[in-house]
Amino acid sequence: MEYTLFILVLPLAMFLLLGLLDSKLKPRVAGILGTLGMTVCTALAYLTAFQFFTQPRNAEGIIPSQVPYNFEWLRFTENLHIDLGIYLDPISVMMLVVITTVSLMVHIYSLGYMHGEKGFQRYYAFLSLFSMSMLGLVVATNIFQMYIFWELVGVSSYLLIGFYYTKPAAIAASKKAFIVTRFADLGFLIGILILSFFTKTFDFVTLTTNPTAIITESAGATFLGCSVASWALALIFMGGAGKSAMFPLHIWLPDAMEGPTPVSALIHAATMVVAGVYLVARLFPVYCVTPEVLDLITTVGAVTALYAAIVACVQTDIKRVLAFSTISQIAFMMVALGVASDTDLHTGLGYMASMFHLFTHAMFKALLFLGAGAIIHAVHSNEMSEMGGLRKYMPITHITFLIACLAIAGIPPFSGFFSKDEILTAVMEKSTFWGIWMTAVAGLTAFYMFRLYFRIFWWKDTDCSHHTPHEAPATMTMPLIFLALVTCVAGFIPFGELVSVNGQPYHIHLNWSVAATSIIVAVCAIALAAWLYMKENKKPTAMANATRTLHTAAYRRFYIDEIYLFVTHKIIFGLICRPIAWFDRHIIDGTMDMFAHVTQWTSARIKGLQSGSIQGYVWILLIGTLLIATITICCCL
Amino acid sequence: MDLSQYNLIWEYMQPELLLLLATILLFFVDLFASPRFLDKWFSGIACLLLAVVTALSCIPGGETNTLFAGMFINTPMTTAMKMVLNIGTILVLLQAHAWINSEACRVRRGEFYELMFFTLFGMYLMISSGHFLIFFIGLETASLPIAALVAFNKRGDKSYESGAKYLFNAVFSSAIFLMGISFIYGISGSLYFEDIAATAATNTALFVVALAFIITGIGFKLSLVPFHLWTADVYQGAPTAITSYLSVISKGAAAFAFIWVLFKTFSPAPEVWQGILYVLIILTITLGNLFAIRQKDLKRFLAFSSISQAGYIMLGVMAYSAQGITALVYYILVYIFSNLAAFGVIATIEHKTGKVNMDDYNGLYKTNPKLSLAMMLAMFSLAGIPPFAGFFSKFFIFASAVHSGYYILVFIALLNTIISLYYYLLVVKAMFINENENPIETIKTGCYGRTGIVVCVAGILLLGLASCVYGYLSELSLTVGF
Repeated sequence: MEYTLFILVLPLAMFLLLGLLDSKLKPRVAGILGTLGMTVCTALAYLTAFQFFTQPRNAEGIIPSQVPYNFEWLRFTENLHIDLGIYLDPISVMMLVVITTVSLMVHIYSLGYMHGEKGFQRYYAFLSLFSMSMLGLVVATNIFQMYIFWELVGVSSYLLIGFYYTKPAAIAASKKAFIVTRFADLGFLIGILILSFFTKTFDFVTLTTNPTAIITESAGATFLGCSVASWALALIFMGGAGKSAMFPLHIWLPDAMEGPTPVSALIHAATMVVAGVYLVARLFPVYCVTPEVLDLITTVGAVTALYAAIVACVQTDIKRVLAFSTISQIAFMMVALGVASDTDLHTGLGYMASMFHLFTHAMFKALLFLGAGAIIHAVHSNEMSEMGGLRKYMPITHITFLIACLAIAGIPPFSGFFSKDEILTAVMEKSTFWGIWMTAVAGLTAFYMFRLYFRIFWWKDTDCSHHTPHEAPATMTMPLIFLALVTCVAGFIPFGELVSVNGQPYHIHLNWSVAATSIIVAVCAIALAAWLYMKENKKPTAMANATRTLHTAAYRRFYIDEIYLFVTHKIIFGLICRPIAWFDRHIIDGTMDMFAHVTQWTSARIKGLQSGSIQGYVWILLIGTLLIATITICCCL
Repeated sequence: MDLSQYNLIWEYMQPELLLLLATILLFFVDLFASPRFLDKWFSGIACLLLAVVTALSCIPGGETNTLFAGMFINTPMTTAMKMVLNIGTILVLLQAHAWINSEACRVRRGEFYELMFFTLFGMYLMISSGHFLIFFIGLETASLPIAALVAFNKRGDKSYESGAKYLFNAVFSSAIFLMGISFIYGISGSLYFEDIAATAATNTALFVVALAFIITGIGFKLSLVPFHLWTADVYQGAPTAITSYLSVISKGAAAFAFIWVLFKTFSPAPEVWQGILYVLIILTITLGNLFAIRQKDLKRFLAFSSISQAGYIMLGVMAYSAQGITALVYYILVYIFSNLAAFGVIATIEHKTGKVNMDDYNGLYKTNPKLSLAMMLAMFSLAGIPPFAGFFSKFFIFASAVHSGYYILVFIALLNTIISLYYYLLVVKAMFINENENPIETIKTGCYGRTGIVVCVAGILLLGLASCVYGYLSELSLTVGF
């Protein structure tokens, strides 16, 4: 399967081509070129998936993973070498399909959505760069390659969030996203270094086939009461938590919505933000040797899920609602990983469920964002108050959006129902407490999604005196329809047969007690949303007034951003940075200035050596030689 | 002597013989072809011939071969070194095209190429020698034609002056070198590198004096401090093509030859020459930098920059290990691309406008964005900014020295890179930031010159990332054996 290399090379070539030619290409040409490149890439990814999943299983019923390409980039020492390669196993192939599909949809959609924007060519160049980095991340053969592409993904995300670089809010958001994720990546890097220090390898295959090595190698080494192995894995999880916007590192994601909406669909809903989940899944056998870290992941995930769901209920900017919904859904995946273990198929259900939810979520969340993009395109605003009654004007967007909402709410037969049900089953098996907690979050999910849906498409009959909203062009509706179709059928894919914790086929069967509970909760939540938001009325305002404190707090996202600002500005900047800055400016800079002056001064003093006369030159040469000889004789003999 | 001997000579001396053939061929082309044909194609033929020589002889044999009773040694590593020099020379020829085909120089075009090829032949001999006499013949073959080349612009006073300076200094240093050889002969009774290593008593004053004299001879070509004083004057006065040739090829060849002389001949007493080099490196890097800061003339500026670069190159010799050889050859390869990119730009601009001062480059970006970009990359690479090739070459050469335990030396070298960053960035600042009322007009680079610069830029961008180059050299150096 050597052709898999082209899945990476093609987007890179597109990035270079579009980026270097930039405005020399006509916008339309650039867009079509980029989309064509992505189409070929998608076709290759599908071919890879087909060939990979249809190959014969080995004796244990496992689909053998492959390394079609591995290239040693730098060898420092025997153990320390950095390779670049392609590693195909069920989850990386699944990710290839997800990324290329969503990316292709976004490419097509952007032809319409970004039409006429300044920097159209640049936009497509960045999209290609992002696709390349994300694809490189998932097929990484070793953790260091993953880190390289991880950072590249961060850079392209930064570039795309700040695409409208004349807008101060976009610049601030891109900086915030970059700094927060970079901060988390610091943990990631330290984690990588500790892990590889003890295991003497970066390679995923070696790491995951003998995960107990880190325990034995680092036996006895503890730090602050926890074993070093736990620290390493917790730090690696910190990197994942940053990219996947887990509480309390989630603060960048809602702001990242300042970027163009298709970008939000691609990066901040379907692909990049699940990188953290993917990272944990990739190292899952290693995580299983440190159950306390898995417990940490469960807790962080569960808290994040509830927090984000509550905040999503009161936001008024539709993209922010979707952003918090994304955070909450990714937290579901994290929780599912946290409760899983790799002993057998049954206890490893959470792993499969997490990957399944990743897959279905990518599709319907991209659909939601692209739908939101179409709506924003039509009404020129992100605010719910500007919307309402749009179902008559935008029938295609309406139907596809409804399908996505049903999917995320967990209503059968849409894809979200199946994957969410597996997650809830897995959590329930492990701990009833977290099971009930997550079911409640699922109910909240249904509520806020339908609040969003009703506020956009029902609520009031618009008096469109200034302009009539109209359906988006075909380039934008086609991806919507395609993703809606996927959302309708994806639940019936025999996912467990292909991806499971130990590679053996797992037959998905619904746990009806869990499923029935979650359906009832979801339907009730939808009914409540319908009662509140179907028709324009005063009930929501009254409710908000009744719970003013809670409502305001949730609206302000429980003041997490303010806490961050306080900590960074008042404590870090004020108490730590300012004295350091003074020291830097006066002592360190002063020393350096002194060096500079001394250098200049010496340089001026010795320029006489370069007199220009041959006699002088030869004289110095001779003296130099004799001096060398004399001094050496004195020293060595 | 039976016929098989000739076969062996042909096989083992392939680079040398091919180069000689090319030189003779070129001579006849120059003699018999019509002037119009020559105007059009001569440079192309010369470049092509050299490229063919490189291509034909770049398949190194697997093992060490000796000829003429051990006077001539051919190993995979020496072949690789020669090929590095060839690549550099081709680039120099490409960049010299516009100048050598101008009205004033056209008549003497043949001489330029012939002399160039002869010096290259001399350098081959230096690298492959196993005996001090061969080495000395190579050294002289490589330096006398250069004196003629430096004085190539007969009517330019400066060129004349530079030629004279180069010649006198070269002769003087050769004399000292010869004296060193004679001392060595006095100690060991042989001029074979291996015999000297085996028999010479290292703890005598005579030995140390001989060593110091030999270091002086080669240090002159490398322009190590305090043997560097000719460098700036000669670089400034010589035609730019020759300056670039001196700064990379001549220097590279001397460094390569230096490795073999020190590693083979003086292997019994590494600590003695390492001690001498320790001081020379610090002096070279520091003084080169201190002088470079003050320069306004870009050719002079690059002269001092090349002095300090020579100091970095010597770190690879200091390491005295296979890793050191690898790092050194790699460093020179990268240095060739970086420095020639800079000289390519300077040569182009000088040829069209006659301007070589840094102030003239103010605002160059506005009128010549591509040339400015190439120059900027060259400066970044010379200063060692990642991800350009210069960063990797510095990294590897520092790593090799650290590996051999020279922490303080590497630290001093690191401090010096900061100073060098300052003056390299001065050039970038002049081009991109400084305002200028009337900057240099837009220049159209000729086909040859452009190819030369583009290849250099490609080298700067790719050499560091393509790890196979370093890996390949590393494999070759393992065959050297310690």
